[in-house]
Amino acid sequence: MQLFDIPASVLLSQLLLGLVNGSFYAILSLGLAVIFGLLHVINFAHGALFMLGAVLTWVGLNQFGINYWAMLVIAPLLVGVFGVAIERLLLRWIYKLDHLYGMLLTLGVTLVLEGVLRAIYGASGLPYSPPPALQGATQLGFMFLPNYRIWVVVASLAVCFGTWFLIERTRLGAYLRAGTENPRLVEAFGVNVPLMVMLTYAFGVALAGFAGVLAAPVMQVSPLMGQNLIIVVFAVVVIGGMGSIMGSILTGLGLGVLEGLTKVVYPEASATVVFVVMVVVLLLRPAGLFGKER
Amino acid sequence: MKRLHRWGYGLVLVGLLVAPLLGAYPVFVMKVLCFALFASAFNLLLGYAGLLSFGHAAFLGGSAYLAGHAMKAWGWPPEVGLIAGTAAGALLGWVFGAIAIRRQGIYFSMITLALAQLVYFIAVQTPATGGEDGLQGVPRGTLFGLIDLRNDLNMYYVTVAIVVAAYLLIMRTTTSPFGQVLKGVRENEARATSLGYDANRVKLTAFVLSAALSGLAGSLKTLVLGFATLTDVHWLTSGQVILMTMIGGVGTLFGPVVGSTLVLLLEGKLGQFGSLLTQLSGWEGFTALGQSVTTAMGVMFIFCVLAFRRGIMGLRAGKRRPAAGQDGA
Repeated sequence: MQLFDIPASVLLSQLLLGLVNGSFYAILSLGLAVIFGLLHVINFAHGALFMLGAVLTWVGLNQFGINYWAMLVIAPLLVGVFGVAIERLLLRWIYKLDHLYGMLLTLGVTLVLEGVLRAIYGASGLPYSPPPALQGATQLGFMFLPNYRIWVVVASLAVCFGTWFLIERTRLGAYLRAGTENPRLVEAFGVNVPLMVMLTYAFGVALAGFAGVLAAPVMQVSPLMGQNLIIVVFAVVVIGGMGSIMGSILTGLGLGVLEGLTKVVYPEASATVVFVVMVVVLLLRPAGLFGKER
Repeated sequence: MKRLHRWGYGLVLVGLLVAPLLGAYPVFVMKVLCFALFASAFNLLLGYAGLLSFGHAAFLGGSAYLAGHAMKAWGWPPEVGLIAGTAAGALLGWVFGAIAIRRQGIYFSMITLALAQLVYFIAVQTPATGGEDGLQGVPRGTLFGLIDLRNDLNMYYVTVAIVVAAYLLIMRTTTSPFGQVLKGVRENEARATSLGYDANRVKLTAFVLSAALSGLAGSLKTLVLGFATLTDVHWLTSGQVILMTMIGGVGTLFGPVVGSTLVLLLEGKLGQFGSLLTQLSGWEGFTALGQSVTTAMGVMFIFCVLAFRRGIMGLRAGKRRPAAGQDGA
């Protein structure tokens, strides 16, 4: 079976690889959207917190003997607690200022986090293998499908749609959305908005931490792993438009797949295709695919 | 006050002219000068147009590569190389600006960042840039066929002349009618539009000018140091120039110069400081952290945003008159 002179197995495996990357984009841009919605902060630290999740996973196994499954819960919790600290100690002082300061402040957090972890662990990759239950691959007839990759896609989709449900379909989500529209009014109804803001930030970064755990066995665990990823995710956010939760999930997945396809057709462009798409989308729809013009 | 300013600038200029005679290492001062120009060009955009570009490394690095390649592979003389680098910066700035100006605020920043990353990937993949190794061994040549730039002192005075001229241009721009319109657009875009100014066009012009001067800074840096590397196009460099400008004082003319000098000095001394702390405390970690410029930059960012938003020159200016609109920068 051949398609455009490309063996179908190559095409499909790159598609899957793209879907895996897309899952990471989706979780990360979703977290950014959730945080931006309530805090109006572009969380530059998102990539570093993703990296923190992965490094914690590695540390958990190699220094404390805690396995992957436990870390899948522990790492996001720890990253979330770290997020609470960031929000309480730093972010809450700048809410009244121009949004750019939030971006610069979290850039500072990113640099500190990367610098410190790099001083401890160095810049080279720390090896991490998938848990035994997910090792190996499934023979589909035309290709071997690594089990871990399937798990990544399934787990992140589940988390993404869980988050979407939480925000768009529950009472808590209604408070959140109301809080983004008019925090003072919501406060007048007796909702503790500062607490809600803090927990939202913690939840958003916990999502990044969760993605980090998922990434540990498929990407090189290293203090630098979040650096380039975050900029791709920013591009995803610009393409999708910051307004919609579903938009960030779909855009993330879609661009991951597109990147995978590019890798088959013209490998040199695979690292840049997302940015090229960004330019095209901006020229046609400045507010992004799912965004509302403000 | 004007007279005081003039005296201050005069002192700085005299200081620059005699620095190599007093034993300052000319190559380091030249590097500081290049970054001072870069930061001043960046500040023209952030401080006077209120646009936070997060992709200025693309202009610095892109021009550094182009000018370096032109002088090394094509044997262009240095003056043509510098002009080519500046033109490349302007062209790239026009493309970036035209795309990014369609969105405002943080989106503008994110778009410039993403576009700069595109340039970074191109620099990684193009054979002409030398990939991970960068472009090495760019010859300095002779300026106008007369001045031998291989002599550090000649190169030094040429660099001083170029940077001072560019700085005067920036100064003139901010006080020109165009500069006033620019500030008007920053303060209230809707009002500027209703007065008949094409806000986007004004912003784009400022962007192109800033990018061109950043390109000049980048090509001059290549000429001085003889190399261009991936660091020049990396987004950390874009972050660094923001930091330099913030520390010095956003929207103040001399702030970026002070900021870039401080950051580069700190970068150079940080390792020694870390070792000193290790000696004092006995913890090896300080040495490792001292080698991590990233960490220091991060701490400075957090400090500047939380407690020091007006920067060094901004604090000075604030004593004379209430700073208008600086927090909105």
